[in-house]
Amino acid sequence: MKKETELIFLRLIVLLAGMALMILGIMRGELVEVLNKAVRICLECIGIG
Amino acid sequence: MHRNRVKKQGKFRLLVQIIATVFLNGYFMGIMKGKIYTGKSKEICVPVLNCYSCPSALGACPIGALQTVAGGQKHKIPFYALGTLMVFGVLLGRLICGFLCPFGLFQDLLDKIPVKKISIPKKIDKPLRYLKYGILLFLVLLFPAVITDQYGTGEPWFCEYICPAGTMEGGLFHVAVNEQLRKLVGTLFYWKVFLLVVVIIGAMKISRFFCRYVCPLGAFYSLFNRFSFHQMYINAMQCTHCHACEKVCPMALNVPQELNSSECIRCGKCRAVCPEQVITSNFSLHEKNNICE
Repeated sequence: MKKETELIFLRLIVLLAGMALMILGIMRGELVEVLNKAVRICLECIGIG
Repeated sequence: MHRNRVKKQGKFRLLVQIIATVFLNGYFMGIMKGKIYTGKSKEICVPVLNCYSCPSALGACPIGALQTVAGGQKHKIPFYALGTLMVFGVLLGRLICGFLCPFGLFQDLLDKIPVKKISIPKKIDKPLRYLKYGILLFLVLLFPAVITDQYGTGEPWFCEYICPAGTMEGGLFHVAVNEQLRKLVGTLFYWKVFLLVVVIIGAMKISRFFCRYVCPLGAFYSLFNRFSFHQMYINAMQCTHCHACEKVCPMALNVPQELNSSECIRCGKCRAVCPEQVITSNFSLHEKNNICE
């Protein structure tokens, strides 16, 4: 029973931590950084350099 | 009856994989125009390895996003991409690898090619599986953040030197249709094409070769596999130890003992093939007894 409670707690903590990180990243403008990279052909990704 | 179940499960998974691939790569105009999609959805990290330079990609590759922010001038810790992956990881674990990843689908199709398969001895297989964690830690997270130029910008090491998905989905296409890019082709491009060929041959000989040894996204999700909401379960009392599940496992796992190991991609082949139907899977907040004694 104790183990099960710990597991539920762990799942919820990781889920909330992930959501918090997402929101924090969005608030500090990481979406713009990702978008700027993703809308141009990434020369490194395609092996040009 | 048993054979039907295996076929039905295989067809269902293939259908989900195809739908996911088409859904994440729905910009077909990009293939015709030879240009990539530039809409707002490109800021959203998809949960799978899908290069954002693929002409039909609608979202951002999370591994690319991690390296972009880590290698950027402003933030060295990529909160947004890490958080997105944590949410997907804790909800689904490596079910994403088994059901949603386009590069996983590509490897599954390669595995269907009837060539002689290789069985890697455990002594070599086990340590080799740690390679993907090294790639995640060093090439994706540390090197882009730490090894920087005079402007504080780091390179996306994994994308640049390793990623075969980028070469296949973006590189070959853009070089084929864009003359200016074709003029820039050099040693790096040939290196990446060579790696892609190695991965293709590897996946033909060893099922899920890239997922087992190289994929940093699989490495990340594997950290959550043991406690994710989606879990596999086995009724230990009814397991007859026939080993049918082990024979079909694409990740070459000792299924009853390693049912929810970090390596399980939750493809469900073991569940379908089990003659006693003692393996199940479910989304649950609560834990059940899921280990075969």
